[in-house]
Amino acid sequence: MMDALILSRIQFAANISFHILFPTITIALGWFLLFFKLRFQWTGDLKWMEAYRFWVKIFALSFAMGVVSGITMSFQFGTNWPGFMESVGNIAGPLLAYEVMTAFFLEAVFIGIMLFGFSRVPNWLHTTATFLVAFGTTMSTFWIIVLNSWMHTPQGFEMVDGVAFATNWWEIIFNPSMPYRLAHMLLASGLTVSFLIAGLAALRYILGDRKETVRSQIRAGLTFGALLIPIQIFAGDLHGLNTLEHQPAKVAAMEGNWETGPNTPLVLFGIPDEEARTNHFEVAIPNGASIILKHSPDGVVPGLNDFVAEDGTVLHPPVAPVFWSFRVMVGTGFAMLLLSWGSLAFLWRRADDGRRFAIRRLPKPLLWALVPMALSGWLATLAGWYTTEIGRQPWLVTGVLDTSAAVADVPAPMVLSTLIGYLAIYAALLFAYLSVVVYLTIKARHGEPLTELTPGSGAAVVDAITRDGGAGPRAIPAE
Amino acid sequence: MELLGFPATQWLPFAFASLMGFSILLYVILDGYDLGVGILTPLAGSEEERDMMVASIGPFWDANETWLVLAVGLLLVAFPSAHGLILSTLYLPVFVMLVGLILRGVSFEFRVKARAKYKALWNNLFFIGSLMTSLSQGFMLGLYVMGLQFTPLTILFATLCALGLTMGYAFIGATWLIAKSEGALQVDAVAWARKSILGAAAGIGAISVATPLVSERLWNKWLSFPEALYLAPLPILSLMLLSILWRGLETHPRGEGVRAWIPFISALGLFTLAYIGLAYSFYPYVVPEKLTIFEAASAPESLLIILVGAMVVVPTILAYTILAYWVFRGKTRELRYD
Ligand code: HDD
Ligand code: HEM
Ligand code: HEM
Repeated sequence: MMDALILSRIQFAANISFHILFPTITIALGWFLLFFKLRFQWTGDLKWMEAYRFWVKIFALSFAMGVVSGITMSFQFGTNWPGFMESVGNIAGPLLAYEVMTAFFLEAVFIGIMLFGFSRVPNWLHTTATFLVAFGTTMSTFWIIVLNSWMHTPQGFEMVDGVAFATNWWEIIFNPSMPYRLAHMLLASGLTVSFLIAGLAALRYILGDRKETVRSQIRAGLTFGALLIPIQIFAGDLHGLNTLEHQPAKVAAMEGNWETGPNTPLVLFGIPDEEARTNHFEVAIPNGASIILKHSPDGVVPGLNDFVAEDGTVLHPPVAPVFWSFRVMVGTGFAMLLLSWGSLAFLWRRADDGRRFAIRRLPKPLLWALVPMALSGWLATLAGWYTTEIGRQPWLVTGVLDTSAAVADVPAPMVLSTLIGYLAIYAALLFAYLSVVVYLTIKARHGEPLTELTPGSGAAVVDAITRDGGAGPRAIPAE
Repeated sequence: MELLGFPATQWLPFAFASLMGFSILLYVILDGYDLGVGILTPLAGSEEERDMMVASIGPFWDANETWLVLAVGLLLVAFPSAHGLILSTLYLPVFVMLVGLILRGVSFEFRVKARAKYKALWNNLFFIGSLMTSLSQGFMLGLYVMGLQFTPLTILFATLCALGLTMGYAFIGATWLIAKSEGALQVDAVAWARKSILGAAAGIGAISVATPLVSERLWNKWLSFPEALYLAPLPILSLMLLSILWRGLETHPRGEGVRAWIPFISALGLFTLAYIGLAYSFYPYVVPEKLTIFEAASAPESLLIILVGAMVVVPTILAYTILAYWVFRGKTRELRYD
């Protein structure tokens, strides 16, 4: 029988992994919607409005998933991690409170106007509501990343009797890893949505939907992807250097490096073995890690063996999960780089009519590759968070609170039953979400291109039934 | 830092208890009406009617639910030890509530976006989710009143409260529909309100009778002289509101205008009075009979920094909430993205 600690950890990890999927989409999709809407206003081209109307549905769906799983998250602290709030509540509390007050209400109120207000409020108010929703999701990210980063690199507090008291809020908010983590997360969201847009549009194109809006969406997705990914790789590198400074054990686990020393190779592949404290089947670039982390071949790089106490207690995170999830993230990042720049290179060539960026010029394999890459952002984001969070173990708050001290003494069978419950619901909902996204994509293929800006394609209520018949919902018969 | 002569360790916990109480109250009446509409959906006469019911709450439910997040957040930040104690004691009912909130929240979207043949499934989940949420909230309320003890008697009482609160939500939901709908749906809503008001009244009655019996402290608080005199307005006003409602619903409020809002506004009044009664009973305890707000409060510095923000932000939130209600004023129309 597993104990309540490990079960609570699995439950927390499952909940947050499920939650993060949807904010990752909504954070950037909000800005994309604003982009589509403004493009329409500036160019008057209805293809942008079509894009808006399609993606606003995905946004609404993702947002609802984000909200319900987020509410679950806010209860988890109390139900499973009471020790967390008791010891660092004085710091985590205000940050969470500010998130609710400055971000959640903003989103929650204006999402109503954004979704259903298009023909009810003046255009400027609708645009403002769209902006405020996007801004709200970004503020959410800011506050929660501040908290999370503080857990990784805490400062600006003092401990009195095992309880943290804030001494300097400025230091708490602008803790050393916050700027890197925030930038990296926002870029991750932008990339996730870029590839989602390009991928679903590519699916429509493959299914024979050649509308202008589909091509523009492929182009927009690819362009934003191509612009963001080099920045992301650069930001990731800086993030890693920052981690090296503050959490060397995590970097050692990411690199799979056991011995501290100069001329450390960069391990591309290998199977870390914590028992034998070595890697099997290692493929490595000589001096690579020293060059990346210290910018010189003989730079000294910390190794995992430095983080074992005299009595043999291991003080570094579990190596294999960190090592592998880091490689999945970086690998996905380079796949994004290749695909977006490769596709743009093909699109750059002139088509027969002399125009550039004709989707027709995109080779089939690249077009097809875009479809599975629609989910690449999710993969990289999850992998990145696993690197980060597992890499912090055995600490919950680095150097302050270890994970086992924070768990609730709820009986293990009870945790097990709720864990099974959550897993079942999440699996079902994920399946439903993906099916509906695919269904909406396939259905959009049958729609006619917009010819004028009249209502007629976006009834949120009875989307499936009444609208397919062409008529609006009937008025309720008066008595 | 003193305020009106009270040290920070006194007035800050009090301020936070009030703020938390305010957001719980807003949650109960706001999410109460939309949960209530959810509970009533199976009774809809036709699919169009059901769509209208959901459309009447569509633009509001998310913001309504956010008051719960704020309330739990405030409990978490202002009274961390109480937060842990309450939530780990109520572990299973909280789980049921969360599952309910999840099912309900996503059904809003899925019922209109999934293939038509699945609409009935999502309608059912929408109903079940609303029901699970309100039952579990009522159950937790009952246990809380009983001092968070699990005995056969308290569980029985909590079960009664679960039913009572569910009826209460259905009632406030029905009055919301009276205000926001017209035609056949409005007529139905009046009938639903007339039935559910009985359950709601019984629930409020049961809690009022049970509360003084729970402990000697509560007995003295309610039934000794002269406190009983100051408190007399609570039951008297409640009874007056009940009779206004009961007679008002008899004459079938109809159509546009302020008249259709009378039942909803009276229902708000009723909920608020009942809530004030509860708040009075428990003050100054945050965990009944165990932990007072003063013992459970977190560091004054942390509370102060939140309070400063709240003074600015909460009025702003209220202002833009009013904007949203203004934008979607009048009788419910179909919800469209374009
Ligand atoms: C689309 C998503 C995505 C992509 C393509 C990348 N990352 Fe990333 N990475 C994330 C999404 C992400 C993330 C999920 O957003 C994380 C988790 C926490 C954070 O701040 O960002 C993350 C964490 C993270 C960390 C952990 C830092 C720490 O916690 O101490 C490092 C060192 C990198 N990344 C480095 C990179 C590098 C060198 C990349 C080059 C290809 C890269 N990331 C691509
Ligand atoms: C930004 C807000 C976040 C906070 C406040 C946070 C907090 C926590 C806490 C309290 C734990 C303790 C449980 C444990 O150690 O097992 C944890 C672990 C974990 N978190 Fe996070 N987390 C955040 C973001 C994320 C995200 C976005 C993901 C994944 C997508 C994630 C993945 C994990 C995983 C996998 C663990 C388990 C690590 C282990 O047990 O080895 N976290 N985090
Ligand atoms: C332990 C950590 C977390 C908690 C307690 C939490 C809590 C919540 C809650 C309660 C909501 C619903 C808000 C509403 O009612 O509108 C929400 C939504 C959101 N969360 Fe989280 N969250 C956590 C982690 C994260 C992380 C790691 C991110 C991103 C980096 C994130 C970003 C967002 C965003 C952008 C939203 C709003 C958009 C949406 O609903 O999709 N959250 N979160």
